[in-house]
Amino acid sequence: MKQRLLNAWSVLKLPLIAVLVGFIVGAICILAAGSNPITAYAALFKGSLASIPSIGETLYKVTPILLTGLAAAIGFRCGLFNIGGEGQYVMAAISTVAAAWYFQWMPHFILVPFLLVIGILAGGTWGGIAGVLKAKMGINEVITTIMLNWTALYLSNYLVRTVLNPSNILGDAPSGHTVVVPEVARLGKLSSMVPAFGFSSVHTGIFIALGVAVLMWFILFKTTLGYEIRGVGLNYQAAEYGGISSAKNTFLAMFISGGLAGLAGSIQILGLVYMVNQSTELPGYGFTGLSVALVGLSHPLGCIPAAILFGILDNGSRQMQLAGIPKEITAIISAVILVFVAGALLLKYASTRYEKRKMKKNGPVQSGPVMDTAGKGVE
Amino acid sequence: MAKVVEMKNITKIFPGTVANDRVDFDLEKGEIHVLLGENGAGKTTLMNILYGLYQQTSGEIYYHGKKVDIKGPNAAIALGIGMVHQHFMLVENFTVAENIILGNEPSKWKGWKLDMEEAIDRVQRVSDQFGLKVDPNALIEDISVGLAQRVEILKALYKGAEVLILDEPTAVLTPQEIDELGIILRKLTEEGKSIILITHKLKEVLSMSDRVTVIRRGKIVNSLFTRDTNVDELAEMMVGREVKLTSDKKEKETGDVILSVENLVVKDHRKLDAVKGVSFQVRAGEVLAVAGVDGNGQKELVEALTGLTKTASGKVMLCGTDITGARPRKVIEAGVGHIPEDRHKRGLILQSTLAENLILGFHYCPPFAKNGIMNYDAIHQHGKTLIGEFDVRTPDENVAAGSLSGGNQQKAIIAREFYKDPPLLIAAQPTRGLDVGAIEFVHKRLLEQRENNKAVLLVSLELDEVMNLADRIAVIYQGEIVGVLDGKDATERKLGIMMTGGSMEQAMKEGGRSNEATTA
Repeated sequence: MKQRLLNAWSVLKLPLIAVLVGFIVGAICILAAGSNPITAYAALFKGSLASIPSIGETLYKVTPILLTGLAAAIGFRCGLFNIGGEGQYVMAAISTVAAAWYFQWMPHFILVPFLLVIGILAGGTWGGIAGVLKAKMGINEVITTIMLNWTALYLSNYLVRTVLNPSNILGDAPSGHTVVVPEVARLGKLSSMVPAFGFSSVHTGIFIALGVAVLMWFILFKTTLGYEIRGVGLNYQAAEYGGISSAKNTFLAMFISGGLAGLAGSIQILGLVYMVNQSTELPGYGFTGLSVALVGLSHPLGCIPAAILFGILDNGSRQMQLAGIPKEITAIISAVILVFVAGALLLKYASTRYEKRKMKKNGPVQSGPVMDTAGKGVE
Repeated sequence: MAKVVEMKNITKIFPGTVANDRVDFDLEKGEIHVLLGENGAGKTTLMNILYGLYQQTSGEIYYHGKKVDIKGPNAAIALGIGMVHQHFMLVENFTVAENIILGNEPSKWKGWKLDMEEAIDRVQRVSDQFGLKVDPNALIEDISVGLAQRVEILKALYKGAEVLILDEPTAVLTPQEIDELGIILRKLTEEGKSIILITHKLKEVLSMSDRVTVIRRGKIVNSLFTRDTNVDELAEMMVGREVKLTSDKKEKETGDVILSVENLVVKDHRKLDAVKGVSFQVRAGEVLAVAGVDGNGQKELVEALTGLTKTASGKVMLCGTDITGARPRKVIEAGVGHIPEDRHKRGLILQSTLAENLILGFHYCPPFAKNGIMNYDAIHQHGKTLIGEFDVRTPDENVAAGSLSGGNQQKAIIAREFYKDPPLLIAAQPTRGLDVGAIEFVHKRLLEQRENNKAVLLVSLELDEVMNLADRIAVIYQGEIVGVLDGKDATERKLGIMMTGGSMEQAMKEGGRSNEATTA
């Protein structure tokens, strides 16, 4: 038991210290800007956690980034850097709007799951393209997913202007967004079930996201698929030696990763936004997902607190601004956390490499069990 | 004779381990002194202290009778101590002379221009003096490993080394190159140099040294004159118990053909033919060894047989089924066990737990998985069983595979491959980097396969191992099998001739002459 606690601490200390340092650096910045950090942080937490509606609003912010965080995490586990969460999100969002409009004759309880599957497939396909290119031709997924992000955005913009524009479907005046998702396709609001949630936007999507996190944990650590994906991620040559196809698992991991980012897009559309706007920039949830996965140490259950942290920072920043502190402070805090987690992982990686080289030179030195990089040994 | 180096009461403590425990060591002028010990016994640590790479925790070093404090390699070099590491530290695309003068370049124009002519001249002079026969203008990437090692020696001599430390110098050499090295080292001692050899290979101790000091678990076991000892005694001192270096192999009838390879052609990563039309068969109950110098197509041959590399042409049959170009999983299912040559790269997922590693390759089969869901209770149970059965030294099955020592990692791989009970076992360099005790274990297990009427294909660079285990020896040179010798007829000399491109007839003629001398 004590050993387990020690192990847990040795894995968890990294993100915990990073978060602490993030807040300290944030406090220094607030001081430098001439304000009181205590007031600032009080406002931050008051804005995000002090009342049930503000908790609800935080949970609403958590929903998409938890899913994109899971998307990034499964990519990391297979040794893939899926920066394409943005594009996969966008493709799923636009597909969801289209499907919601054309299939609105379906009953609610069939339509909603159907639309979520559409979102997963759309995002999965978009991620799968990069997966196939990587598996079959060895093209680096970082490059292809970045390119696919912009391809998705402009494709979406085109559909917003033409096929899915209210002017095309309803004959209204041309507008900068698609038709609105009909009532029947929308996810329920928590406030309509529990009135205490008041004005907050939280919807049933949060339960889906939490459920998916548990499901991903199960898949990664309790199924052969997860065993194979992790094997390929840790050492693809040993995996292939063990009869595990790295091409197949690379594709599958990219498809699942894309599907999760897609699910985020679908849920965001059906939960609150109900339409896709013309946009010149990427929505950003995919990128935040990368941060969530890093702070969550690429562990599906670790992504939950990490997503909540980023949700708090995002939601609380408004209250902080009302207290007279620039909301960019929260961006600084999250950036510092990220730099520390990523930097520490890098250091850890470098030191295990160094250890290995030393071991090669001097023969093995018996020491305690090696905690691996990125806490990949955690279950 | 005068003592050049004296190390007294040296203790070196690393966090958690005592690498050297009150060690005394001395080197006399003009002698070759072997420091013998298993991997991790502390011999390299001791020499790194002498070379200034580590500082001793306690103890004293005397050089020519004067107490010295060696703060770093530069201090060691200034004293006249040079070290040739196991892994060469040479710039591949520099010439020999450029490598040697690196860090100590002769110059003209008041230091503004490198005086290359002077450099080449100096290198040539040192090379001639010690009979090293090194061409100063050759590029490192073009020369052989044996020559590269001489360049390293030359580098140390050029810097004025009086004492030379060589770390596992024979690990990378062919038998002929080892002989040449012996001659060179002798010549160096005649010129007044003193040499320390670090090794765990017993045979070289006897052929090359004047004195030997055995170190075990950080402590000196004994220090004695080479002429007063023998292989068995040294092995026992090194391991701490009696070791059987030659396995006795019973005569055995061989059974059906298990593996049959016909005209196999495999390309390497540069798309050049690495294996050029190889044919051979392995029967049940026999060990066929593929012997050769590293890089003659062994790696590609094994990877093609196991499905890890594409086969360009030819046919591979296993127990009558065609497995040419089959995927690794197909090959495993057809009945091939594989001990890969690189256990870190291929054999284990180092960051994963030992238990997870012990099911790699059949992780999708019951009882470890059912309908795609893993049964971790069964996996842990299986891990515990194999750890016990194969004596893998580990706290438990949940530690990362990378935290085990090399010998125990290899035991884990062997345990896993034996669990499959495959009709054909392909063992590539199964004892690379292992110490005597672990080698004994691996050899015993391989012969056990043979006893149980399984086929074993052994690919090895170690001639001792090949001659000790194999019923038949196929010698591979530049991707072709030069000839197949009966294990009983093979001698190191014959194999050496064939491994470097000589024909079988040549080997029989020349090898036969000095047969008695080399087999003794």
